[in-house]
Amino acid sequence: MTKNKAKVGVYICHCGSNIAGVVDVKDVAAYAQGLPSVAAVKDYVYMCSDPGQNIIKEDIKHLGLNRVVVACCSPSLHELTFRRACQEAGLNPYLFQQANIREQCSWVTEDAALATVKAKALVSGAVSRVVHQEPLEKREVEINPNTLVIGGGIAGIQAALEIADGGYKVYLVEKTPSVGGHMAQLDKTFPTLDCSSCILTPKMTQAGSHPNIELMVYSEVEEISGYVGNFKVKVRKKAKYVDEEKCTGCGICQTKCPIRVDSEFDAGIGKRKAIYTPFAQAVPNVPVIVAEECTYFIKGKCRACEKFCEPGAIDFEQKDEIVEIDVGAIIASTGYGVFDPTPMAHYGYGRLDNVITSLEFERLVSSAGPTGGKIQLKDGSTPTSIAIAHCIGSRDEKYHEYCSRVCCMYALKYSHLIKEKTEADVYQMYIDMRCFGKGYEEFYKRLSEEGVKFIRGKVGEVTDRAISDEEKGKLIVLAEDSLLGNVMRVPVDMVILCVALEPQADAENTARKLGISRSADGFYLERHPKLDPVATTTDGVFVAGCCQGPKDIPDTVAQASAAAARALAMISKGKVEVEAATAHIDEERCSGCRICNDLCPFSSITFDEEKKVSRVNDALCKGCGVCVAACPSGIISGRHFTAEQIIAEIEGVLA
Amino acid sequence: MAKLKVAFYWAASCGGCEIAQLEIGEKILKVAEVADIVFWPVAIDAKYKDVEAMADGSIDVCLFNGAIRNSEQEHLAHMLRKKSKVMIAYGSCAYEGGVPGLANMFDRASIFERVYHETPSTNNKHKVFPEPSHKVHEGVLCIPEFNDTVKTLRQTVDVDYIIPGCPPEEKTTWLALTALIEGKLPPKGTVITDNVKAVCDDCPRKRDVKKVKKVYRTYEIITDPEICLLEQGLLCAGVATRGGCGAPCPQANMPCTGCYGPVEGAIDQGAHFISAMASVIDSKDPDEIQKIIDDIHDPVGTVYRYSLPDSLLRRARIQ
Repeated sequence: MTKNKAKVGVYICHCGSNIAGVVDVKDVAAYAQGLPSVAAVKDYVYMCSDPGQNIIKEDIKHLGLNRVVVACCSPSLHELTFRRACQEAGLNPYLFQQANIREQCSWVTEDAALATVKAKALVSGAVSRVVHQEPLEKREVEINPNTLVIGGGIAGIQAALEIADGGYKVYLVEKTPSVGGHMAQLDKTFPTLDCSSCILTPKMTQAGSHPNIELMVYSEVEEISGYVGNFKVKVRKKAKYVDEEKCTGCGICQTKCPIRVDSEFDAGIGKRKAIYTPFAQAVPNVPVIVAEECTYFIKGKCRACEKFCEPGAIDFEQKDEIVEIDVGAIIASTGYGVFDPTPMAHYGYGRLDNVITSLEFERLVSSAGPTGGKIQLKDGSTPTSIAIAHCIGSRDEKYHEYCSRVCCMYALKYSHLIKEKTEADVYQMYIDMRCFGKGYEEFYKRLSEEGVKFIRGKVGEVTDRAISDEEKGKLIVLAEDSLLGNVMRVPVDMVILCVALEPQADAENTARKLGISRSADGFYLERHPKLDPVATTTDGVFVAGCCQGPKDIPDTVAQASAAAARALAMISKGKVEVEAATAHIDEERCSGCRICNDLCPFSSITFDEEKKVSRVNDALCKGCGVCVAACPSGIISGRHFTAEQIIAEIEGVLA
Repeated sequence: MAKLKVAFYWAASCGGCEIAQLEIGEKILKVAEVADIVFWPVAIDAKYKDVEAMADGSIDVCLFNGAIRNSEQEHLAHMLRKKSKVMIAYGSCAYEGGVPGLANMFDRASIFERVYHETPSTNNKHKVFPEPSHKVHEGVLCIPEFNDTVKTLRQTVDVDYIIPGCPPEEKTTWLALTALIEGKLPPKGTVITDNVKAVCDDCPRKRDVKKVKKVYRTYEIITDPEICLLEQGLLCAGVATRGGCGAPCPQANMPCTGCYGPVEGAIDQGAHFISAMASVIDSKDPDEIQKIIDDIHDPVGTVYRYSLPDSLLRRARIQ
């Protein structure tokens, strides 16, 4: 088809009064009539409706249109709708172009005359461009039915179990020695107050023994290549120095090991050995030796664990192992990190005894924790008053602007647990109580009746400088009660800082490996915040749980199930469509300068050392255009976004 | 067979192109066998009126170097176009505007102000500036009119072929002359070189993925002779420049300045170069990025050294 023979149909949508209320649609239609190559112009009240689409289909069939322009809303809303309409009428969907005269015209001004002028310019640009558009074909690729789940917290466990139960193989990779994640560290869960371990450990055990789940703990994803349906993943299984096959999990090694270090699982308030399982119910129940801490590795002698290990499971010769796996889908459920309040010196964390973080309190109050669940101060005594400071690092422009979404509720839970176990007075210093989940408001109301003191005001400072006898030997919490309008000094024995949930420290690195984006707050970016909160911009990679943003356990589990459903849907379809508007390198003209090589966010560009040219893998390319813009020779063209098409559009707009 | 009639002309240029034409050495004898030079201001004594007297289309080939900066050059371009069957833009200035084209960052008024008034060595209290005609006692004196904007030859007259370079390499000149002598002319509009790929294709330096953390000027760094200069922080325009020159500059430890123009099909050499550089700056911190960019002195003169008039923007807007 030559460009001279282009027959363009132009359709102007009223969008009810959304467009027609401002833009003079009849005038735009009359203008479009005079544009080159335009064979038909119509305006209609809702082009996206069935009758609207039928107008286009009929014209394609009866008037022999070979290009279609619809002037309506944003392409992100209805490009697919109209592409499909074209396709149904036998026209290649890439011969359609959308001019946005709603978001870019009628919605952004009340000046009808100017809006109409701009609408005409955009229509002219679209007509000028569409003539240069070329038909493109979407391709299908087969899908590998295996799934990789990264992160073995509750999100990862849930997603893995859903898929495994569906009959498909799952690789569950966890970087610590046990699955369980943060949920395993929690004591009770709000608002029902059921014990976290009690509801989690059965799922952990299931994940550990499921015939369709290959559990890889103490392992990290090193590298991901490939594309939707066909990812190749390299996983580093770190040396445990313990033979999993031989170990019976008796635990004698942990008793005999002479080295005591801070326990990560106990948030630093408890100790563990250099050979350890993070907690008693660990899955798998196989300890690991941390070489950097082990006397044998440091000084060349000790081997106490080896001496006492009856099955002879200790193996100091073990090495890291790289395992390669092939999967079709990936679910990232890498969880969150906990905000370190040390830089906020005015709260005294790390400087004043008995100023602790929420996670430390969680371990303190846990019956499986270092104190056996006894709430106590550093000196072992029981506190008589405790302040709970909300929003530490959350809702704070200097740290994280977002709300961490769980702190109000766990703070209420703490009040309850404190009241249950001690006689202490409890103060909640909050900005707003955000109790928005199912049963949450009711929990808040219940706690309000348990004698907890609510002070509406963020804590300004925690100090040990007493100004009265009453304050001597206490921690004094300074806060403004914004309801009463006075500054308060509240002497307490313990302060719990409700620290923010934040992206994992290695989130950027993991996102890079996965080829996905992060939002401004650093959490992984979902494809659409409302309509596609589980997928990412990389096909075949889904997100679940707090790695996408702070959320509570019910939301995490729901998202994990959704991610699993998306992966299962893909697997059961067996094939997947890949983007047609990809980048193309003209190898005849590529000088092999390698400017583009490291830029592709989807790792789709490779360099052919022999021919000295770069090459785009079509199946991986998302058509983002980064390499197209970067190519200094201008020889990478973006299909559907060629220089010719873009310049034609600019010239059309300026005409 | 009748000998070919050949004309040479120089417009806004430095004279280097004339030297480059002689660089073919003894091959000039071969040219002399088949061609007569009918007009060449630098070498033979022919006047404008002699050219004017020639019949239209009577010159077989005109090799025109230099940009179009004033009315005289514009007049000669039109005249030679009319008299010549084949018009060739020879060298960067005729092709893209060249170094004189950087004057498009200014206009006539600001150039005159600088050159004839502001420069420290100038004493011109009364601001006497050149004017196209001036009445004196003996009559009217005329000089060519100085234009606001430097144009390329293609922006002035229809051009058949282009020989790029500042100046064109001997082998490029000979490639074009051979085609002329043998009558094997490529399609109209062809930029005549023996490589359609970028200079990197000619360059023997080792290339890896690019990450630029600091930009250097040539005197600030002793470069590794084996590794790509761009990777070492020198703004080597080779990535954005048509090859065919054989990459002599990078092989002499000097970054390519881009004289062969954009790669075949690329629209704006400077824009492509900037875009490529922006893509490989190795930082995500806005302050650090700014610091890296601040080290790029004379960005227009760096990325558009030869091609400002031929770029999409053509010239700076003077308020």
